Amino acid sequence: MDYEPESDDPFRDDDDEPDSHLSLEKESTKEYVVYLVDSSPKMFNSTCPASADDQKEESHFHIALSCISQSLKNQIINRSYDEVAICFFNTREKRNLQDLNGVFVFNVPEREFLDRPTARYIKEFDRVEESFAKDIGSQHGIVSGTKENSLFNAIWAAQALLRKGSAKTADKRVLLFTNEDDPFGSIKGAIKSDMTRMTLQRAKDAQDLGISIELLPLSHPSEPFNVSQFYADLIGLEEDELADFMPSAGNKLDDMKDQLRKRMFKKRIVKKLKFMIVDGISIELNSYALIRPTAPGAITWLDSVTNQPLKSERTFICNDTGALVEESTRRFYPYKGQNITFTMKELSEIKRSSTGHLHLLGFKPLSCLRDYYNLKPSTFLYPSDEAMDGSICIFIALHRSMIQLKRFAVAFCGSSSRAQLVALIAQDEVIQSGGQIEPPGMHMIYLPYSDDIRLVEERHSEKSGTVSKASNDQIKKAADVIKRIDLKDFSVCQFANPGLQRHYAVLQALALDEDEIPEIKDETLPDEEGLARPGVVRALEEFKTLVYGENYEEECEANSKPSEASKKRKAQAEVATKECENYDWNELADTGKLKDLTVVELKYYLIAHNLPVSGKKEALISRILTHMKK
Amino acid sequence: MARNKEALVLLLDVGPSMHSVIPEIEKVSSMLVEKKLIFTKYDEVGVVLFGTEDTDNELTAEVGGYQHVVVLKNIKVVDGDIVEAVQQLPRGTTHGDFLDAIIVGVDMLIKKFGETNKGKKRMCLVTNAQCPIKEPFEGSKEEQVTTIAKQMTVHGMKMESIILRGKLSQDANKKIMDENDRLLSIFSTETSARLTYVENPVSLLGALRTRNITPSTIFKGDLELSPKLRIKVLVYKKTTEEKFPTLKKYSDKAASTDKSATHEVKVDYEYKSSQDPDRVVPPDQRIKGYRYGPQIIPISHAEWDAVKFKPEKGLKLLGFTDSSNVLRHQYMKDVNVFVAESGNTKATLALSSLARAMKEMNKVAILRCVWRQGQANVIIGVLTPNLSDKENIPDSLYFNVLPFAEDVREFQFPSFSNFPAPKQPNEQQLEAAANLVKMLDLAPQGKEEVLLPDFTPNPILERFYRYLELKSKHADAAVPPLDDTLKKITEPDDDLLQQNKSVIEKFCRSFELKENPRHKKSRHLWREEILGSGKDQGKGEIAAQPSNLIEDKSNVEVENIGDLTPVQDFEAMFARRDNPDWVVKAINAMKNKIYDLIEDSHDGDNYSKALECLTALRKGCVNEQEPKQFNDFLRDIRGFCQEKNLHSFCDSLSSKGLTLIPKSEAADSEVTEEEARSFLVKSEPKVE
Repeated sequence: MDYEPESDDPFRDDDDEPDSHLSLEKESTKEYVVYLVDSSPKMFNSTCPASADDQKEESHFHIALSCISQSLKNQIINRSYDEVAICFFNTREKRNLQDLNGVFVFNVPEREFLDRPTARYIKEFDRVEESFAKDIGSQHGIVSGTKENSLFNAIWAAQALLRKGSAKTADKRVLLFTNEDDPFGSIKGAIKSDMTRMTLQRAKDAQDLGISIELLPLSHPSEPFNVSQFYADLIGLEEDELADFMPSAGNKLDDMKDQLRKRMFKKRIVKKLKFMIVDGISIELNSYALIRPTAPGAITWLDSVTNQPLKSERTFICNDTGALVEESTRRFYPYKGQNITFTMKELSEIKRSSTGHLHLLGFKPLSCLRDYYNLKPSTFLYPSDEAMDGSICIFIALHRSMIQLKRFAVAFCGSSSRAQLVALIAQDEVIQSGGQIEPPGMHMIYLPYSDDIRLVEERHSEKSGTVSKASNDQIKKAADVIKRIDLKDFSVCQFANPGLQRHYAVLQALALDEDEIPEIKDETLPDEEGLARPGVVRALEEFKTLVYGENYEEECEANSKPSEASKKRKAQAEVATKECENYDWNELADTGKLKDLTVVELKYYLIAHNLPVSGKKEALISRILTHMKK
Repeated sequence: MARNKEALVLLLDVGPSMHSVIPEIEKVSSMLVEKKLIFTKYDEVGVVLFGTEDTDNELTAEVGGYQHVVVLKNIKVVDGDIVEAVQQLPRGTTHGDFLDAIIVGVDMLIKKFGETNKGKKRMCLVTNAQCPIKEPFEGSKEEQVTTIAKQMTVHGMKMESIILRGKLSQDANKKIMDENDRLLSIFSTETSARLTYVENPVSLLGALRTRNITPSTIFKGDLELSPKLRIKVLVYKKTTEEKFPTLKKYSDKAASTDKSATHEVKVDYEYKSSQDPDRVVPPDQRIKGYRYGPQIIPISHAEWDAVKFKPEKGLKLLGFTDSSNVLRHQYMKDVNVFVAESGNTKATLALSSLARAMKEMNKVAILRCVWRQGQANVIIGVLTPNLSDKENIPDSLYFNVLPFAEDVREFQFPSFSNFPAPKQPNEQQLEAAANLVKMLDLAPQGKEEVLLPDFTPNPILERFYRYLELKSKHADAAVPPLDDTLKKITEPDDDLLQQNKSVIEKFCRSFELKENPRHKKSRHLWREEILGSGKDQGKGEIAAQPSNLIEDKSNVEVENIGDLTPVQDFEAMFARRDNPDWVVKAINAMKNKIYDLIEDSHDGDNYSKALECLTALRKGCVNEQEPKQFNDFLRDIRGFCQEKNLHSFCDSLSSKGLTLIPKSEAADSEVTEEEARSFLVKSEPKVE
């Protein structure tokens, strides 16, 4: 039995080839998120050192807001169907469905409290901090002497916001930003235990309704956030999860932002896989798409008059009779002059190749994995004991052995869209300044078949024996260049995609009816200043001289000498010019005799006058006449 | 197309030592011809066999000699006849002389084409090169081979040799093989063609390129290290996914007598107004809209052109970095290769020195690429060195696309070290795993690497084209199963498993896998279950939904009750209406499952599952009016539990309120309300 019914439609890639492998990600569930932001004075007073060289400090409140703002911008691009609400608590003013004290839901016109983010929403939210003190106001929520419990109110308000939609079709989450690890610290005695109990009960009720509550703690190096004080109970952390939850506090601002950002994402399992290691031992894996190209959203066709979306309708028409036909269940392929027909069942049968999801075939040293064995983005695998106890243990054992022995696994991945050999590389966990840079697990790399590999280098081989390879001197000079132009802290994905950024900047400007489109900085351009440093210039110059000799410029000229094809073209043009002179074009045109010439003759004129030679005879003639201004 | 047509002569060794691999040769050569029929149907192919009993070639007739070489098919445009011929190669009886065959092949090409068709004349030799070639009349064998190779170059012929070694060549004379290897390598250097050694049938299928695609450049121009230093390069695709062929939709509307019918289906798209579904909006009244949150923003092509991002064409170096800064799994797409402009020795040298320096220093280069003017976006990628160990092949660089910040999702996963002790492998388990990783070796020292991507054909495509050929003769043929050779790609190799039997057994013994009893409790699946069964929530409105879902499930035709989702399976079987027997079958299967679960339970870990099954069974029996089935079974269970001292299960029954089906629930029941209620209560004293 599979863990889940095969969800891939076996016929899918017949019709919609593009990106069939990229759309693995299931978009079936929506996400409803309520951001609960603690707005007590402590959030404004506590700060975080920005970075080592920059003395500017940012308040926790500001950090929380900028994380949310970033995530909103990301969301409107990637998952615009998800709905969000932003809710401040410990506020002076109140605005919420139940009219609870100390809770303020942020919103803009033409939008429900929990709704999809709009361009305006994002823009206003970016400004909320400026007017916060005036419009919303911060105050201590839970103080002795009152019965007010703002945390309780906040969770209740969030729960009310999330009443929408059913838990079956949507993921409901509450993300709680706070820097107060002991919200009931200021009160004592029976009232305290009472309030604590009530709040925990409120949270539990919410969780029972399928709402998950996640905590995003903000802390200061001198004052670490203690999860076990209160929140561990609230979010239901088990003993062994505690250690995992709080990353060792490096707590530089950027690190904290990074970590918060990572926590804000919901991990989405692409697929559950069964990994058959040997006969009788199959473990359970979850696969995740950690890297997938982000493309600008799909185009919707609109009526240019009303700007209303159009519905597209597809009809199938028989080419022979012109009759409307139903979606055909048979396909054909021309071969040897006949049309060979296949039923859909036969086609899916051909593509079905192996029973298991992932079948281990063996191991190879990492050096066997060449750089050109790649076709599409990799998929990340992480074990799960959910259905099969022992999976994690086996996975860790293999993972460790593979890293130690520097080997990767070769497996066959029998998906119906494209059954493929894959390489599984064990990835050790990488932690930098308290945050996880690379998660532990295995990366599944899709290997090409011989049919997919082109033998380019061999086609470029020299027929007459040997080709020149660099001498040691030349290699040394090249090494100097490499040393000079070194990107020390290069990390993959440090660049934002300028095309995409531009795309959304334009859309945002249009959506808000702004006239000016903000300039996007293209981070991908080379560092011209750096390249102009004398050391770099000298290294490059030396390398150039050694390889190209003194006369690089001439060399370049010489090398851009015309290729065979262009020589031929040139020769043709010469011939044509010569031939062209043999005709009296003016007269031919005037007497309408152009049509009596052959196409070859007409082309003499066109080539000689550098005009396009494409098209039928009539087109050529009219082109000549236009050129002669007749 | 005709301009690029190729003439290919297959030189196939069919001598006795080759007999075991002839089936594979038949497959690969027929695949080659079949693909030519599809992709390059004007290509010409000839087939020469050597090691045959007979002799049949023009050179014998003209000058004598050239024994045991048969021209099976003269060079002609590919057709079904050639496919059939290579599908049934004769088994030869003598040791073939590959050089004779080569000369016959060269002769055929010269006679047929003379000086024309230069560069498109190819020969392909498949042999195990185990038999010595004849001593020439004068000079050494080397000289003779060199002369022939030179002749071939003059005539613009290329030769590709596939030599079978390892498991594919049996007890052979090492000295002869070495000599032959040396001779054959002369051909490969002189005519700069491939010489490939293969050791197993899978790589034989992959080694011969069945489809010859001329690589085309995707970029030609400067690789800009700095504005002052530019290297002339060509960029080619190194890998591209060869897709499953696109089949057209078939229409059977045309009369069967109509010979000119195309049988094609045209797909027509019409855009209709959402307010007025009858109004078709013509193309010039449409405008593109892009989504931005809930808004759709209309923007015309011209407007878009004015504001969109327009990068300049060109390849610019951003810098070099440690290769450890770029991880293998970050490669995004298919791969390109950078080679120096052909004939440009300085550029070749520059590229070579960079590649070699990068290799020595363990560095990679980061590049910003815009292949074409007007490309919508820039690409950031990494260049890695590809040093050539062959004299006549220049050094080059591989290019892989890297992700942008927007393309990466940074999920956090628990550290392995944070898992509790029971999930951590112990010493002995680690050793068993290490042994498995070591011994299940696909790249053994001194032997050919198994499943080398360069030599591994796509089994699915292979299967499709074979089936296509089969169907062209027998339209009703069933899809053939993957043959044993192709199975070696999709399944582990039996020989390898046999060799490492003890390692594998040790591995299996070291670990314990158990279906997780808490499985059902997990939120995710719990939710699924509600979806799947929709029970316990009263009838009313929900009732319609589960029946739909059950129908869905029955589409996959559940025929038995599995371990993972017994409740769903049971309901799916129950819902099958194609045969009334299913209900009885389902009830019986469920009963067995429940017994299994109770019996296999350790400390009651399966009880919750068993109870769920029991609940489902009860509900099913009420709905289907089969109360007796359930009541009898429940009594049996009680007896069974008492017998086996499984008291705790009976306790769970009472806590769940699972009891007999009374008359009030199912009219056929003989059990009264009273009896049902007291059923479990009564059991307790008995237990104690």
